[in-house]
Amino acid sequence: MSLAKVLFVDDEVPFVEALTKRLTKRDLDIIPAYRGDEALKKLAEQTAVEVVILDVKMPGMDGIETLREMKKKFPLIEVIMLTGHATVESAIEGMKLGAFDYLMKPCEIDQLVSKVKAAAAKKRQHEEKIMQARLKEITLRRV
Amino acid sequence: MEKLFQRLFPDHLIANPHYRSLARNMLLIIISVSMVPMIVVSSTLYLQFRHSYREKVNDHLSELVLKHKQNIDNFLQERLTDIRLMAARNGYERLKDEVLLKRNLELLQQEYGSVFVDLGVVDADGRQEAYAGPFKLARADYADADWFKQALKHDQVISDVFLGLRGLPHFIVAVHSVENGRPWILRATIDFVYFNNLVDNIRIGSTGMAFILNREGKLQTTPGARPSMSGPPESAVLQGLWIVMSAGTGDVRIVLREDSRGVENIYAGAFLKSGKWLLIYQQSAEDAFADLHWSFMLTTLIMAVGMASIVLMAFTLSRMVVIRTARADEEKKLMNQKMVETGKLASIGELAAGVAHEINNPVAIMVEEAGWMGDLLEETEFQESKNLAEFKRALAQIQTQGRRCKDITHKLLSFARKTAATVQEVQINLLIEDLIALSAQRTKFSMVEVRTELTEGLPMVRVSISELQQVFLNLINNAIDAMGNKGGRLTLSTRAHDGFVVIDVADTGSGIPAANLNRIFDPFFSTKAVGKGAGLGLSICYGIINKLGGRIEVESTVDVGTRFSVYIPAALGD
Repeated sequence: MSLAKVLFVDDEVPFVEALTKRLTKRDLDIIPAYRGDEALKKLAEQTAVEVVILDVKMPGMDGIETLREMKKKFPLIEVIMLTGHATVESAIEGMKLGAFDYLMKPCEIDQLVSKVKAAAAKKRQHEEKIMQARLKEITLRRV
Repeated sequence: MEKLFQRLFPDHLIANPHYRSLARNMLLIIISVSMVPMIVVSSTLYLQFRHSYREKVNDHLSELVLKHKQNIDNFLQERLTDIRLMAARNGYERLKDEVLLKRNLELLQQEYGSVFVDLGVVDADGRQEAYAGPFKLARADYADADWFKQALKHDQVISDVFLGLRGLPHFIVAVHSVENGRPWILRATIDFVYFNNLVDNIRIGSTGMAFILNREGKLQTTPGARPSMSGPPESAVLQGLWIVMSAGTGDVRIVLREDSRGVENIYAGAFLKSGKWLLIYQQSAEDAFADLHWSFMLTTLIMAVGMASIVLMAFTLSRMVVIRTARADEEKKLMNQKMVETGKLASIGELAAGVAHEINNPVAIMVEEAGWMGDLLEETEFQESKNLAEFKRALAQIQTQGRRCKDITHKLLSFARKTAATVQEVQINLLIEDLIALSAQRTKFSMVEVRTELTEGLPMVRVSISELQQVFLNLINNAIDAMGNKGGRLTLSTRAHDGFVVIDVADTGSGIPAANLNRIFDPFFSTKAVGKGAGLGLSICYGIINKLGGRIEVESTVDVGTRFSVYIPAALGD
């Protein structure tokens, strides 16, 4: 069983491939996507995805836009922004839109893995809370 | 001209051919534009004046000469009338009586003074029948005398001046009468001195004199000697005068003649005695036109003064203009330099950002691929490879260098970024104190003594703290590096200046050579060893401060130290 199921979105194919291999080796289940709309489509298909690693700068639908859509459709999914820019503002904007964290490219693999783990943990915690809330609701209803 | 130029204009300006030609052109234009009209006007006026003045002098002389000519003509005519009357009243027979003749002479002398010297009655053969006068001329024979021959032919005669029998200059007036069919002649001698005075009294100025010439150009009067006179008229001139005057028209003829001494004289002449004598009035031109001469001198003097002041003004004006122009050029040049500097940095920044961005992704891929290889090396199948350590080292190196690239691209991007990070109002003194604490480790290690001179009550500044920290950490690090191993003193001071808060970062380090001073803000300009500095620190500082609307100034002396002054606009008190 993998540590987490991750959707990795970046327009740089070699980068995605290399990182996919490395993350897979670190027990992460990686689904690659190379465009914003493709990522949204894959998310719709693969409901088990917990964390999305999202490049900010992409042709077509860019990272921020994709993030906005994702959060609209799948509010519980945690997103880690990857930015080539040292621009703090896009990262800040990402955070405001509900991203979990951001990292600058190229990043330390261990750092990335730990962020993914943290994000996954947060998501599971969220889900747990929701579950408990539901359980509570159900038990209360029974009473 | 060239020398004057060098003395009047500052050396450094005149050395420049552009300013030199500017000054010269301006000088020539001013001088020619002001002088030409002045010269034209002055000379036209002068010539006009000279013309009319000469006319006036000539008119005056004409009138004078004409009047005297009439006087003299009248005088001669009257003398003739006197003796004609005497001859007619007394008749030949009575006048032959010397007693009566003497009586008549006395009467004439009573009337006219010493005008008449003597009287004589001459018969048709030229013998003097009777004589009254101071000389012993009774019975004198005038048969061959020129005047006698003339008198026989004409009614009356006035002779030229001659010495005659008595050996003294005199002239004769004679009338021809007929009695009993025999012609006889009554003659009188006119006192030469009296007549001479009559003519010689015509005098104007200091050189004017009058005399009478006969047809042969001989003087009929003796011009009296006067101290200022240029000397008696020369006979060559006199002979020429008769011819020139005969050719002229009008009652009075005026000519200018130069005598052998080079003195120019003005001659006014009028014919007397039915064209037998010529009354000449002579005056040196210089004397006659003395006023003209004066006005010429005055005009020349005024012109000279005017020209001198024009030249002076032209020099002063062109000097001023050249100096002003040079100053303006200098300012323009400085401004251009500044603009070029700003523009250059901006475009370099954009270029750098573009390059950085494009390079960032490939570098990221390379680093990841190297990382993947590292991951694979962990597999057991590679554990036995003898080059395993070498592989790992190489991969680590790739990662290290990749990270170095990343640092550079990130710095470049931060140099170029335009929008502000979180901006807030900051009290600069607090920030400086924080920074000193931050860099305390480094300064202690480098044996640098840190001093602060913080001015209290400075206005707040609206900045991003992290950016400003970046700026001052860069400056402090540079200062520490500049002081090297020997250590030194780092002074951080704050002050307010003209709406800006100024932070000075001064060190006692090696200083920056003048040649490098205007390049220190260029990206990638570094004097540090390769790998020690990317040459981006000051570029980033410049970018940040420039974005804030401030500026950075540098003062540096090699081996004495460097001071960076960072100007940040004070926040408006809202």
